[in-house]
Amino acid sequence: MHLPAFRFGKPYESIERTKLVHFLTGEPVAEVSQVGGALVSRDMQKAAKAREALLTLDPEDVVERLQTAGNLYAHGTLTVGDTKQSPDDFVKQQSATTGLPETLCRANMQKNMFVLANMDRMLDALSRGLPPEIFWKGYGREQRDVVVSYQAQSPVLGLVLPSNSPGVHTLWLPVIALGVGLVMKPGGQEPWTPYRMAAAMIEAGIPSEAIGLYPGATDVGASILAVCKRSMIFGSAKTVEQYRGNPGVQVHGPGFSKILIGDDVVDRWEDYIDMMVESVAVNGGRGCINCSAIWASRHTEEIAAALAERLGPVDVLPPDDPNAKLAAFTIPGAAKATWGQIEGGLAAPGVSHPTEKYGPRLVEGERCGWLRPVVAHCSSPDPVIAKAEYMFPFVVVVKCPQGQMLEKIGPTLVGTALTDDPAFQHALIDCTEIDRLNLGPVPTTKLDWLQPHEGNIIDFLYRSRALQMPAGAGVA
Amino acid sequence: MSTDVSSKNPVFQVADEAAVKQARATLDAHAVEMMAWHFHPSTGCPFWLEYAKTLKFNPITEVKNYDDLKKFPPFEDEWLRGGPVTRWIPQGFAGQPAYVFETGGTTGVPKSRVNMRDFRTDYEQFSDTLPEEYFPRGANWLMLGPSGPRRLRLSIEHLAQHRGGICFCVDLDPRWVVKLIQKGWMEHLEAYKQHCIDQAITILEAGHDVKCMFTTPKLLESLAIGLEKRGTTIRKAGITGIFSGGTEFTPQWTRFAVEELLDGAFMTPTYGNTLMGLAASRPVVAADGYTIAYYAPQPRAVIEVVDFDDTNTVVPYGGTGRVKLTTLTKETFVPGFLERDEGERELPYAKYPWDGISGVRPFRELASSTTVGVY
Repeated sequence: MHLPAFRFGKPYESIERTKLVHFLTGEPVAEVSQVGGALVSRDMQKAAKAREALLTLDPEDVVERLQTAGNLYAHGTLTVGDTKQSPDDFVKQQSATTGLPETLCRANMQKNMFVLANMDRMLDALSRGLPPEIFWKGYGREQRDVVVSYQAQSPVLGLVLPSNSPGVHTLWLPVIALGVGLVMKPGGQEPWTPYRMAAAMIEAGIPSEAIGLYPGATDVGASILAVCKRSMIFGSAKTVEQYRGNPGVQVHGPGFSKILIGDDVVDRWEDYIDMMVESVAVNGGRGCINCSAIWASRHTEEIAAALAERLGPVDVLPPDDPNAKLAAFTIPGAAKATWGQIEGGLAAPGVSHPTEKYGPRLVEGERCGWLRPVVAHCSSPDPVIAKAEYMFPFVVVVKCPQGQMLEKIGPTLVGTALTDDPAFQHALIDCTEIDRLNLGPVPTTKLDWLQPHEGNIIDFLYRSRALQMPAGAGVA
Repeated sequence: MSTDVSSKNPVFQVADEAAVKQARATLDAHAVEMMAWHFHPSTGCPFWLEYAKTLKFNPITEVKNYDDLKKFPPFEDEWLRGGPVTRWIPQGFAGQPAYVFETGGTTGVPKSRVNMRDFRTDYEQFSDTLPEEYFPRGANWLMLGPSGPRRLRLSIEHLAQHRGGICFCVDLDPRWVVKLIQKGWMEHLEAYKQHCIDQAITILEAGHDVKCMFTTPKLLESLAIGLEKRGTTIRKAGITGIFSGGTEFTPQWTRFAVEELLDGAFMTPTYGNTLMGLAASRPVVAADGYTIAYYAPQPRAVIEVVDFDDTNTVVPYGGTGRVKLTTLTKETFVPGFLERDEGERELPYAKYPWDGISGVRPFRELASSTTVGVY
């Protein structure tokens, strides 16, 4: 199977290709054409045509086609690259190159389908009820009969996509419905979702001129970020730091998502263990919305022990086993290196390791490695490991007085707060460290699709501004 | 994951056996001549004369052919760092004006090579390989690339003058570029690149009748795209011939450049560095899968593709190995220096009847710490 680059509707076979192999067997799975950054820069001179192609359709029509695309993506047999791909093929290929268990690949597929199938509701929620044609024309009347104007900031959204979590693709799915094209650099190990999604969209009637797929090395990502006026990148804390404050780049890095337990409910901690386990371990613990720390003022040792009892025995299973919960680290040496880092953190004063008694955490395979769930306990927020995040089920239970919690938690993509104390609730609502706040026992991993995650895509792609016309001039 | 480049069928004219034998005989004789020069007290440089005292053989009498140079222990590039650089000046050239050229140097003390006339000789010989049709004599040149302590600026300027033209220069400081990347200052990097491109476009639009150019692949991309944004092309801006260099010269990049950037201008890739001089390439054509094969300027310099573990053994033709460089000019003797690059051993070409190398890229064991293709 060969996945060519896709240059706004035109497949492009490169002389240079990477070979993707099965993480366990090393058997070839696919070849992916590799292009250079300059090819992206050159194509971007025609980026305006991507939006123009979308604007030839009615916005409602685009939404309907995306809904059809969702169905095709989840259930259809599509031509992806040079091969017909069924949903089962997709799941096996994605699992083979990412190390994610097949059950998790299927779950992510459903998640993507849900977003596309509900695109009308999603847009309504994201735009707070604006008529969709406003994004096509640039202005219009909102429900209060007031003229509003939304100016597109870029004809395309550049995407530098990750390999670690196929779940993140839901973030960019509404972009086409907003009349903005896509320029994607697929993740090196996970080209599957963008390629299949593009195939489904085109099959459903979305203009192929609106979509670009540019697999390649880091210079492709750098080019996308340099030439697209709006782009999204997924990366490490270093990447986040590099693009912080750049209004043209929305950067998604580690989430450091947390569960914060108030003094008023902490004595009932056992009631929330299921929610905690789900937050830590769902989707292989790979997402930025997985919980990496649980903060409370007391009972922290018991909470850590209870979590260890539930998560400690989870073991490595074959990727096609329906009970498989752990994803492999497919880069040779990555699991071992990560474990080395964790071991260093666990050795610090004030840190204990309750999952230790459930056997070795590092499992090394011939070509890859796994890390079994780790629950650590910190007697204060001071040890370095208290603020760590890793790409597997890893959680630190941190002992900290409630009064100091919000000063010390640091950046928190999702904060689930367990408290009925109005004063603490108010402080949580005001805490600018927390991005998405769940008040009550909602797992950090549970997304309300009708609320935006990490900033509203519309605010990023469009500028809301005043547009005035003389009295009597018609505004549709 | 691995990178696969399309299969390479020998569609070029392979050198005949007699030519290969003759070239080898010339190299053997040249090696003997160079030993007589570098190790004679009246002509050799202080470094080698001193070093000879530690050797268990006499280079003047016991090097009878090129292969005998293997008797020398591996050359250590650390010897090239720091002063006094005069230790490298042969007594035979004492008192002549000397240049010092540096390589690397983003951090720490750079490696340096002293030159009297070598860079001129290298580029005069290279000049003979340039097709007249695309690099017409008398044409003016644009040098868009690293200058400062590197020898490129003077070399390209000399090449232009040697061919009867004048060279216009735009400077780029590669050490600052590497620092910008290391600091993650990508906006500054982009702005600096644009600063260079703007100057180049100004020169091309100023009526200087520039037809030939040296530039690096990254700058060539930016220049072509910059011109395209103005509704023109490299060819329409007057450029007919481009000479370029760098390890990021991959077949795919070359194909992209030929198909989409050059608009019919001719481009010849080169592989070179301060130690070796300049290796020309055989013609790069679609039928050869855009394979880029370089041939060292023998007998002044020799490239061997050697086994990663046994660096005195060349790999079979088509095999992958590390680049081993030997420089044999009167100004410089460097025996068996293991470069920071690797590639595939290529058959001798009719025009260059000795081994070549293709697929040049950073040596795998050093690749992660090497910043390439940045300017």
